[in-house]
Amino acid sequence: MTSTPHIVEHGRGRPPLDPHLKALENEAIHIFREVAAEFERPVMLYSIGKDSSVLLHLARKAFHPGKIPFPLLHVDTTWKFAEMIEFRDRIAQEYDLDLHVHTNPRGREENITPFTHGSARYTDIMKTEALRQALDAGKYDAAFGGARRDEEASRAKERIYSFRTPDHRWDPRNQRPELWSIYNGMIRPGESVRAFPLSNWTEVDIWRYIEAEEIPLVPLYYAAKRKFVERDGMLMMAEDERFEPLPGETIQEDFIRFRTLGCWPLTGAIRSRASNLTEVIDELEIATVSERQGRAIDRDQSGSMEKKKREGYF
Amino acid sequence: MTAPSTPAVSLVNFEDDAPAPQHAGKDSRPLRFITCGSVDDGKSTLIGRLLWDTKAVKEDQAAALSRDSTGKQNDLGLPDFALLLDGLQAEREQGITIDVAYRYFSTDKRAFIVADTPGHVQYTRNMATGASTADLAVLLVDARTGLLEQTRRHATIAALMGIRQFVLAVNKIDLTDYDEAGYHKIARDFRELALTLGVNNVVSIPVSALKGENIVLSAKASMPWYDGPTLVEVLERATQRGGQSTGFRLSVQRVSRPGEGFRGYQGTVSGGSIKPGDSVVVLPSGVEANVKQIVTFDLIRNAAVSGDAITLVLDRPVDIARGDMIVALDQRPQTGTAFSARLVALSPDAIEPGKRYWLKAGSRRQRVTVTPTQNLDLNSGKWQPATTLPLNAIGTADLDFDEAAIFDAYETNRQTGAFILIDPDTNNTVAGGMIQGRRKSSDGLARDGADKVTVTIPAHLLEAFRASDFARDHAGEIRISADEDE
Ligand SMILES: Nc1nc2c(ncn2[C@@H]2O[C@H](COP(=O)(O)OP(=O)(O)O)[C@@H](O)[C@H]2O)c(=O)[nH]1
Repeated sequence: MTSTPHIVEHGRGRPPLDPHLKALENEAIHIFREVAAEFERPVMLYSIGKDSSVLLHLARKAFHPGKIPFPLLHVDTTWKFAEMIEFRDRIAQEYDLDLHVHTNPRGREENITPFTHGSARYTDIMKTEALRQALDAGKYDAAFGGARRDEEASRAKERIYSFRTPDHRWDPRNQRPELWSIYNGMIRPGESVRAFPLSNWTEVDIWRYIEAEEIPLVPLYYAAKRKFVERDGMLMMAEDERFEPLPGETIQEDFIRFRTLGCWPLTGAIRSRASNLTEVIDELEIATVSERQGRAIDRDQSGSMEKKKREGYF
Repeated sequence: MTAPSTPAVSLVNFEDDAPAPQHAGKDSRPLRFITCGSVDDGKSTLIGRLLWDTKAVKEDQAAALSRDSTGKQNDLGLPDFALLLDGLQAEREQGITIDVAYRYFSTDKRAFIVADTPGHVQYTRNMATGASTADLAVLLVDARTGLLEQTRRHATIAALMGIRQFVLAVNKIDLTDYDEAGYHKIARDFRELALTLGVNNVVSIPVSALKGENIVLSAKASMPWYDGPTLVEVLERATQRGGQSTGFRLSVQRVSRPGEGFRGYQGTVSGGSIKPGDSVVVLPSGVEANVKQIVTFDLIRNAAVSGDAITLVLDRPVDIARGDMIVALDQRPQTGTAFSARLVALSPDAIEPGKRYWLKAGSRRQRVTVTPTQNLDLNSGKWQPATTLPLNAIGTADLDFDEAAIFDAYETNRQTGAFILIDPDTNNTVAGGMIQGRRKSSDGLARDGADKVTVTIPAHLLEAFRASDFARDHAGEIRISADEDE
């Protein structure tokens, strides 16, 4: 047996990853390569948030020195923060990505908004239905997503290859067992898988990896003075001209930031002074509230995420 | 000899004045472990306690727990941990966990991934799944009852799946008035059981999951007689599963050809290590080459070890496709068309004799005919002849391939020795398998993958066989090889 070599890395202007992050990175790269090799038409769902940013970085690493061999798909609800869209377009250009953007045309026609139709129906049409339309149109048989098992209870049992029926349904009782790191990518026409390279990452891992790899993020993750109101216990940013204060609400201005990013009417900010990565991680390591707390979608009722997944929400 | 899992890594171009990383990283890979116990032994409470005391449970999750809780709170004012863990609605309604769930927590020293598997329904299938990636198994027993049949089963499955470190958590010790003698008897019984399974790395700990004693915090006050480690201390110190006592192995996932000049073979090192200049052989073709470069995103590396996802460039044009293996020239895996293996049956459809399946190992997928030979009786621990393997059975089977297959024994390499079987009719994963070794089929013929058949003959009969009519009649079809083992 040969002894372990002393590894020397040339050219990296950063310290090497610690063994914990390296193991997570290796696993994710392995999954990316496996899916890209086994499926005819993979696509990567790109939501512009921190998990997507990590996912994109890993995809670039996995296929280096080649290009990412599949397109990226962004489902645009038209209610994303403007800074997210700017960031998306800049990154797509900088990395020369094949980016597809889809908005549910029905949503535009019927003018579906989170304020007028309620968060559940809005999410169903502008996210779940829109995603299904885009996946069908692209005839994609595998879609990468940035979901992590530690995010929410119903995800703890999610497979790395999550099997979906032709109508994109997820049946928690009918998922294939996954042993070792051997993935079963055999499907029939119309069926598909969602593949989750970040399954074993935690929120802290994501942040530490972003720091170690110097991955660019939408500035909304860092605290700055921003205008917002408090509504139903959520700090809602007064993002654009579509925002209307309710009677009795006053627009405040203070240092806030976001732990997750989505549609601005549904994504709550937190009060924070953490204006750079180091401060964000420090804050996180003592945080006592889980990151999904800011999301209106989870709180409708317990088990709501599982319901949405069954219906094809990512 | 196994190489250490965390090689020393240094950086040539890293300037001295570059900023030090702000956040101290973890100095080892995450430890993966599995928990097993019978219903009501306190497994949910134990895992909940681990998450709670390492602060992996956040305030809002705890709040959601008390909102969901049907008044089922314990007298310590802690949330009902089982609710924290039972992620799926359907399960909640039935009050059982039906699948493998993964939980994450960490201490200052290390991160952990727990495979949480249910105690009863389909326990073999779920346990095998959870155990396949685990470095260690935590087995729970109730201090009042001691070892059960279930304990033996769980330990047997864990050992079969290659786990070589056991922790016995003797739970609910508070309900025995912290009875020292009772604890020692259970610990002794368990050590004996583990030894019969070939596992000698065993730690027993008296715990109260409910009160949090000896889980994360030690419990000197209630158990002055116990001076061993807490559960978390044992987990922090546990070794990563080595088992990679083979030479270099890389199962090629894809061939990267971004431009005319470049051709790289992408995959994850699943054994040994590699550096530029090393000689390798490509299987099954047998073509030899030398490593020219190890390419990764940020850098050209001077070496790679087991676990690294890399792109390998060779010094000459070679015809290599997905599913091929690049291996150390001097330490090759076994190749052949007949192997024997252990199987865990995962599907309601039994593994039927003579049925053809897809076998996937690493990135290689090929057709195989499976013939079950034995079934393990988990109650008695005895192997019995069998022709089919129903759901949750553990058995042995003969594998016969159309084309050469490439494996190491699972004992020596848990990656290149493992495979799954896929039913071509349903596309479902119907079994997990562990290679025992190459097999001489019953007629003494072991197909070589090429058109010739290899006939293996005990060395002392070689001369006689060469002279036989059979050998003369089949001269063009057979290759004769001597078996030195006899
Ligand atoms: N007194 C005591 N009760 C415990 C302990 N651990 C678990 N229990 C109780 O035993 C019951 C079963 O525990 P649970 O975690 O649901 O068991 P599981 O079926 O193995 O997940 C619950 O009522 C727990 O509160 C312990 O260490 N001491």
